[in-house]
Amino acid sequence: MSERSGSEAIQAAFMAAKASDRAALISFFTAGFPTLGVLPDLVKAAEDGGADIIEIGIPFSDPLADGPVLQQAASEALAQGTRVQAILDLLGQLPTGIPRVFLTYVNPVLRRGYIPFAAEARDAGMAGAIVPDLPWTESSELARAFQHQGLALIPLVAPTSTDKHMRALKSADGFVYAVSVTGVTGARQGIDGGVEAMVARIRQAVDLPVAIGFGISTPEQARRLGHVADGVIVGSALTQALMAKRANPAQAVYDFLHPMRLALDSR
Amino acid sequence: MATMKRVPDRSGRFGPFGGRYVPETLIPAVDELETAYRRWRVDAGFKAELKEYLANYVGRPTPLRRADRMSEALGFEVYLKREDLNHTGAHKINNTIGQVLLAKRMQKRRIIAETGAGQHGVATATAASLFGLDAEIFMGEEDVRRQALNVYRMKILGARVIPVKSGTRTLKDATNEAIRDWVTNVRTTFYVIGSVVGPHPYPMMVRDFQAVIGQEARRQVVKASGSLPTHIVACVGGGSNGMGIFYPFRNDPVKLVGIEAAGEGLESGHHAASIAVGEVGVLHGAMSYLLQDEDGQIQPAHSISAGLDYPGVGPEHAYLHKSGRADYYAVTDDEALAAFHQLARWEGIIPALESAHAVAWVIREQASLKQQGARVLINISGRGDKDVDTVFALEQGDQGQ
Repeated sequence: MSERSGSEAIQAAFMAAKASDRAALISFFTAGFPTLGVLPDLVKAAEDGGADIIEIGIPFSDPLADGPVLQQAASEALAQGTRVQAILDLLGQLPTGIPRVFLTYVNPVLRRGYIPFAAEARDAGMAGAIVPDLPWTESSELARAFQHQGLALIPLVAPTSTDKHMRALKSADGFVYAVSVTGVTGARQGIDGGVEAMVARIRQAVDLPVAIGFGISTPEQARRLGHVADGVIVGSALTQALMAKRANPAQAVYDFLHPMRLALDSR
Repeated sequence: MATMKRVPDRSGRFGPFGGRYVPETLIPAVDELETAYRRWRVDAGFKAELKEYLANYVGRPTPLRRADRMSEALGFEVYLKREDLNHTGAHKINNTIGQVLLAKRMQKRRIIAETGAGQHGVATATAASLFGLDAEIFMGEEDVRRQALNVYRMKILGARVIPVKSGTRTLKDATNEAIRDWVTNVRTTFYVIGSVVGPHPYPMMVRDFQAVIGQEARRQVVKASGSLPTHIVACVGGGSNGMGIFYPFRNDPVKLVGIEAAGEGLESGHHAASIAVGEVGVLHGAMSYLLQDEDGQIQPAHSISAGLDYPGVGPEHAYLHKSGRADYYAVTDDEALAAFHQLARWEGIIPALESAHAVAWVIREQASLKQQGARVLINISGRGDKDVDTVFALEQGDQGQ
C-alpha cells in the first residue's frame, strides 16, 4: 500500500471523476456470493466496467438494513461457510486498484475488536468501511480506530436525519453516503423527490463528496442522480444481475456496470 | 445495601450495555419516542388512563399468595406472583397496553410488532383492537407453522400476521423484519417491542411498564409475610418479566435470580443461555450478551419454551449480571418440564414452560435454600394452557420410543 491514506484515495477517486465532469460510480457486492473464490474476478470486472470505488460486503447473519436481495446474498455466502478471515486474506492478495471499502454490520467488527479490525482492514488494502447499524452517536470509538489507520468510516445520512447529525458530519471522512429513501436496500421504481434537498443540506454541513445509494437500478436513474450528487451507489440491482447469471458472474458485473458508467459519462 | 446507580444514562447505556445500534434513518424515531415517553410517563392523565386499563381490563393487581403445599414439600416459604392471571394469560399485556396508549398519544395509527411463539403478538393485537388501531405482526415462518393457534388468535383480534421467510425464520428474523418495516414506514408507524431489548428507550420503557409487577409484589409480599423475601426468581429470555419484578426491589436486601434456558444442556450447544455463555455483542439495536460464533454471526437459540428461545438478553440484565446485583443460572428443558408438572400437582397451577424454569431452579436448589431459611418469591409470568399441546405431543412421542 502506498503512503496515501484510505481517506485520501477515496477523495482522489471522486476528484478524478469530477475532473471528467461526471459522478463517480460505486459498486457493491457481497463477499462469498456467488462464491468467495470469484471475488478477485468480480473486483477486476467492476474496475473494467468503470467503477470508481468498490464496496465489499462482509456477510452478516442479521442484516437489518438490507432488503430481500442482499439478505439472500448474505445467507448464501454464510451457508457456504464464508469466514471473515478468508475475506481479509483474499483481499490482501489482490493487486492495488481503485479504492475498496467494506460494508458490514457492527457485530462482526466488534467481535474482532475495533482496533484489530481497523489494522486488518488496512493490511487487506481497504480504504474504509460503511457500518449501517452504527449511527454517528455510537461511532466515535470505531472512528478513532479507523483514523489511526488512515481509514475512512463513511457516515450515512437519511431523509429523516436531523440538523444535529448534519453538524456532526464535520468530523467525517471519505464521503457521505446519502440514503435516498426511508427504507432498506433494494431496487426501486422511483427515487424519493426529497433527494436534492437532502444533498443540499449535506453540502451545507460538510465539504466531502456525497454519494447516493438505496434503490438505484437503471442507467437512466444513475444518470439523473449523477447530476444531483458526486457519486451513485449500486448494490441490490447488481446483485440481482449476479443472481440471474451465476455461471459467469464476472461478465454479469461488467455487463451491468458498463452501461451505468456510459450513462454517467454522457451526463 | 448501596443504592444502585440510575440506569440507563442519557445515551441509553446500562454500564457498557444498551445504546442505539440502529440505522441512521431510525435515530430521529427513537429520539421522538424517548421524548414522548419521558413526557407522557409523568403526565397525570396518561398515568390514570393506564392504571384504569390495567385494573379493569387486564385485571390488576394480580394475586400473590403463599404456595402452601410447595412450601411444605420444600421446607421453606415460597410465594407466587400470579402474572398468569392477566388477560391473555401472561405479563406481556402490561407492556402492550402501555406502548399502544403511548402510540395513541403520539398519533401513530399503525402498530407493528414481532412475535416468537405468538404471546406478544396476541397481547399487541389485543391492545390494538382495544384502541381501534391497525396491527401487523411479524412472525417467523417456522413459528407460524408451529404456533398455528396463536396465529389464528391474532387474526380473530383483527391483526394481520406477516410470515417472515428470512434467516432462521424464527423470532430473531421476525425482529429484523419488524425493524426493516419501521425504517420504511417510520413516519406513521409505532413499533411495539415485546421485551426489554432493542435500542434505547425500549429496554427502559418496557421495564417501566412491567415494573407494575414488582411494585405490587413488594406491597403484597410484605403484607402476606410481614417482611421482604430473601430471593426473587424469574425466568429470562429477553427478560421483561424478570426486569418487571426485579426493578422495584433493586435497592432492597433481596437476592435477584434470573433463570435462562439451558435447553438440552449448555454443553450441547442447543440452549438459549446468553448470560451463561457471556459473549458481548450487538443485536437488534443494543449491546448485550449474545449467542454468536467466532465471526459474530448470531447463532440459533433453543429452548422447549418458545418465549425463552432468543439468542440475546436485555441489556439491563447484562448490567445486573456484570455488576453482581443479580445472579443468573440456567435450567434444562427436562428440569423445566418436571417443574411444569410438579407445580400443577402441588398448587393446581399449570405454569407456562417459561415460568416453569424459575420453579425448576427453586426445586433444584431446595437443600441450599432450606438451609438458608429462604423466603422465595417466584414470578409465574404466564399460564401453561398454551403449552399443553407441546407437552402432550412431547410425552406421547417419548412413550412411542
